[in-house]
Amino acid sequence: MLFVIIFIATFCSGFLFTWWAAAIIAFVATFYAGRTATQSFWSGFLAVGSVWGVHALLKSVPNDHILADRVAKMVHLPGWIWLLIITMLIGGILGGMSALSGLLVKRAFTHV
Amino acid sequence: MKYFKAIFSVAVTLALIWALQHKFGDLPPVGNFLNPANGFWQNSESKHILVSEELKIEGLQQPVTIRFDSNMVPHIFAKNNHDLYLAQGYITARDRLWQMDIQTRSASGRLSEVVGPKALEVDRYHRRMGMVYGAENTLKGMMKDPVMREVINAYTEGVNSYVRNLSPRDYPIEFKLLDYKPEEWKPINCAFLLKLMSETLAGGSDEFLMTSTLKKFGAATVKDLFPDYPFREDPIIPVGTKWNFKPLTIPQPSKTFLAEQSDIKTTQKVEGIGSNNWVISGSKTASGYPILKTTQKVEGIGSNNWVISGSKTASGYPILANDPHLNLTLPSIWYQMQLEAPGVNVYGVTLPGAPCVVIGYNNKISWGVTNVDADVLDWYQIKFKDNAKNEYWYNNKWNKVSRRVEVINIRGEKPLYDTVLYTHHGPVVYEDTNKKPKDSYGNIPVGTALRWIAHDESNEFKTFYLLNRGKNYDDYREALTYYTAPAQNFIFASADKDIAITPNGKLPLKFKDQGKFILDGTDPDNDWHGWIPASQNPTAKNPAQGYLSSANQSSTDQSYPYYINWQFGPYERGKRINTRLAAMQKATVDSMRVLQTDNYSIFAQDVLAEMLKYIDSTKLDETQIQVLNILKNWNKRFDADEVGASIFDAWWHNFYTQTWQDQFGKLTDDNPLKWPTRDRTVELLLKEPKSKWFNNTRTPIVETAGDVLSNAFAATVSQLTHKYGKPGNSKCQWGNVKETYINHLANIPGFGLGRFKAGGTSSTVNALIDGHGPSWRMVVQMGPQVKGYGVFPGGESGNPGSYFYDNMLKTWQNGKLNELLFMQSANDQSKKIKSTLTLTAK
Repeated sequence: MLFVIIFIATFCSGFLFTWWAAAIIAFVATFYAGRTATQSFWSGFLAVGSVWGVHALLKSVPNDHILADRVAKMVHLPGWIWLLIITMLIGGILGGMSALSGLLVKRAFTHV
Repeated sequence: MKYFKAIFSVAVTLALIWALQHKFGDLPPVGNFLNPANGFWQNSESKHILVSEELKIEGLQQPVTIRFDSNMVPHIFAKNNHDLYLAQGYITARDRLWQMDIQTRSASGRLSEVVGPKALEVDRYHRRMGMVYGAENTLKGMMKDPVMREVINAYTEGVNSYVRNLSPRDYPIEFKLLDYKPEEWKPINCAFLLKLMSETLAGGSDEFLMTSTLKKFGAATVKDLFPDYPFREDPIIPVGTKWNFKPLTIPQPSKTFLAEQSDIKTTQKVEGIGSNNWVISGSKTASGYPILKTTQKVEGIGSNNWVISGSKTASGYPILANDPHLNLTLPSIWYQMQLEAPGVNVYGVTLPGAPCVVIGYNNKISWGVTNVDADVLDWYQIKFKDNAKNEYWYNNKWNKVSRRVEVINIRGEKPLYDTVLYTHHGPVVYEDTNKKPKDSYGNIPVGTALRWIAHDESNEFKTFYLLNRGKNYDDYREALTYYTAPAQNFIFASADKDIAITPNGKLPLKFKDQGKFILDGTDPDNDWHGWIPASQNPTAKNPAQGYLSSANQSSTDQSYPYYINWQFGPYERGKRINTRLAAMQKATVDSMRVLQTDNYSIFAQDVLAEMLKYIDSTKLDETQIQVLNILKNWNKRFDADEVGASIFDAWWHNFYTQTWQDQFGKLTDDNPLKWPTRDRTVELLLKEPKSKWFNNTRTPIVETAGDVLSNAFAATVSQLTHKYGKPGNSKCQWGNVKETYINHLANIPGFGLGRFKAGGTSSTVNALIDGHGPSWRMVVQMGPQVKGYGVFPGGESGNPGSYFYDNMLKTWQNGKLNELLFMQSANDQSKKIKSTLTLTAK
């Protein structure tokens, strides 16, 4: 459930707001719907990571990855797929940490 | 505990977000760059092209229709001049915004603002040589002219309509990489582009090297080795053309100049090159030479243009061809456009950041340019009263020095306030060695003031504005009178069957050789003596030979009354073009295309047979004989797969080096001496093979040209076999030996084409070598219906994520041309039209 909330909200925000909006979404969503640390972190990680992957592909597939290949060459990576993985990992860590923070802050203010 | 956990987790997350937005070293902020919401992924352009699009932009008076063809060349149709140039600015910015930004930043000395202190010396140099001062003066000239004021302001408005509505996700990728924001365009930026062109094409100088050489060898030797007219020449204005004007009085050489030229004996000694008059940077080495980084003018950035009259073409109408050579980069230096409004309909290439078409054609005329290389940059030795440097000696009195403070903003550091001293000559680029960077700009003499044409008030765009609308020969001549710098050989053809060429620009009136050496700045007779009247610039129209051409060689034969320069580009390309054009009958567009990509070496034709005469095959070993045979059977073409070309090139290089190195030092950046030209070396080889210059002063025996050639041949064979293996090996093919590459404008790996195999060399018509070559190839067939062909190495888009970033490269590499779509109205139907954009007022 948490994954779905973060995924949908981040997906929509990507067309309108800057990238760190994903952090706020993951934080707020977990503040309300987070249960355990593991569940929160991985929901945030997978949701934001996969949204970043999907968004990158939405741009890169119709481009036949011309640009992603050039950027990969610039940073000495073997191909665009590596760039996609790194993008998803960064999104994932951002989402995961934000979600975990949301949960821990909630716990700090409640009596559980 | 739970509070600690919460605080810790939030702190880590915030630190992560901060780090992802922070620039570490030269890396872009990782989060900003990689995220798909507004990072680089957004710059991936879809292969699906919108068939029609409507945009509302600020400032338009009437709707503008823009049709894009299959190469995404915009064809702009406007109802008035204002809207036409506004749309030109808008569309150019849409495709090339970062290029416009970085080029004007570079010209105006503002790179450090975005890349930090590593660009500081480049910025200082541009400020100190007066690029900003010059651009301000040019802006004044443009803005005084009401027509050009409207053009420049509308263009600026158009660029800004685009910039203002740009969101961070739409920034060109280079802004994201270098982590800065596009800024609004200013009219002076258009002037900066002209200054950049002047710097590239008329900003080099050999005066410092020539003066050092004069001091070492004396006037007689310098006169002998550095003659004022080449041994072989095929000038731009055909030999024997009459000058239909009464020239102005030619100025007399100044006393100080004559004294320098007669002072032979006392300067023979090899002393430290710095006399008490002027100082050279750097410490002295054991040999007595100061350590300097000098840049000898390099041969090879060669452009060609020609016209052939209707009497020699298949169609009966003239054909015009032009391939300007410049540094080849991606994005391409040129941007193709068609501009149509009442009174104008023109197609050609534009400079991103400047209004109008620079090289192109309309229904009635076509024109093109190559560089003249007139001497329009001189150095004046300044005598300051004292260390305060508030006054300088000139015309027998002390004159006030004025000061201009240049503020250079540096990313991550405090701004630098750099004070530049100005005399009536111009800025003192480096008044003492402390002001000058240690390891660069060696050819700038310390303590001298710069007199440069690019500092003067001017209105060059007016020339292009008028050419764009030109209908005939008279319009062409009228347009040229507005042009100042960098001087260009303007070639011309019209539907009226006129052909013409004019080496043209604002050319200073000088005594002969004025500015060949550093000038004494205290003597008013060394100042420029006014100008050659524009109507007296060399020109030729409809010559009996039926063709005209230019390839950077001497403008005229020696009968022209005025002094333009003592050296020009070597003659071989011009000779080849003229020989081919003379032989042509019923020429077609394809004849011109083939000539543009011609790799035949006139240079080899001139010297190879003579060089081979000196090689005694009985004294050669087996490998050497193999190499000799390849050379003997070589077709004298610098084609990509010719091994003979590699051997000849290396052999000549070794011969040339061995001839001069013993007395002129190594041909490196830190040698303050100018080496004699290839032309003079050829003359010595052919006419004085026993000249003392062939003798190696470091050996006890006396060598002649033959000995040097034999030694050089042996050295060449051993070098080549060592590096490429057996003679005839494919590794030794010219295209593999020669470095040819096209890089990104900021040298970003992956964004350029990199190195590729190609034919051509600096002395062939196809002068493609290193990172420079034909930046635009155009052929225009005049007639009742004009037909244009053209290609440049790159594409219309400046975005590395676009299909149109480098889509024309292959065509260019294969030596082919695209048939250009020249529309007569916005409603013309053509299969080539892929997309339509309508701009309306906001």
